[in-house]
Amino acid sequence: MTAVDPLSQPLVGPQPAVEVARDLARRGGLVAPIFIALGAIFWGAAGAASVAYALAIVVANFLLAALMLGYAARISIALMGVAALAGFAIRLGLIFFAVMAVRDASWVRLIPLGLTLITAHLGLLFWEMRYISGTLAYPGLKPRAKRS
Amino acid sequence: MSIASTTAQVLAQVDIDADGLKAAEGASSAGFAYGLAAIGPGIGIGYLVGQAVQAMARQPESAGTVQTTMFLGIAFTEALALIGFVVFILLKFV
Repeated sequence: MTAVDPLSQPLVGPQPAVEVARDLARRGGLVAPIFIALGAIFWGAAGAASVAYALAIVVANFLLAALMLGYAARISIALMGVAALAGFAIRLGLIFFAVMAVRDASWVRLIPLGLTLITAHLGLLFWEMRYISGTLAYPGLKPRAKRS
Repeated sequence: MSIASTTAQVLAQVDIDADGLKAAEGASSAGFAYGLAAIGPGIGIGYLVGQAVQAMARQPESAGTVQTTMFLGIAFTEALALIGFVVFILLKFV
């Protein structure tokens, strides 16, 4: 009988990272009107468009990270580690190019775009973390009382 | 010869004005801000993922909880790199 390396084993079952990212995207959609309204109030139409673009980047970043982790986890635990590290570099590069591609566009204001990138990323994470630590489970799966 | 005197000699040769010097310093500072801000999260994510992978390999039954915590940890650590990036674009282009 040969010993099986646990790092080469796939993770079967639900993908909590994907569920968390989906929940983050849902929450991003909920707060988007508030962010866009604030952008419009302080920077006008260009500010609103910049804020919307930054929110889209943040949500796409979360979803891409979770999808990469989930896909790699179905192959092996070790590959998931590789995906997490390579994914950091890849997503940072994608964000860089996504912002550089539009920095000279007429509808872009860099200050609201940058502020939204930081505040939306951290705000959504704190909101999600509060929910997860509160339920001690995945999003949408609140602990239920056991029936005797 | 010190770096400052070398820099002064080079600047005298290229005949750079105050605005040009300010722009050059801004560009190099922006580059340093982004580069240095990406190093810390890289180390942090590497350590975090290494420990999480080890935990999942040892206790596959707790992989769900570990994966959730790992994902949030990665995202929080990545925020530092994002802050560095925003500082970069604000220094360089605003």
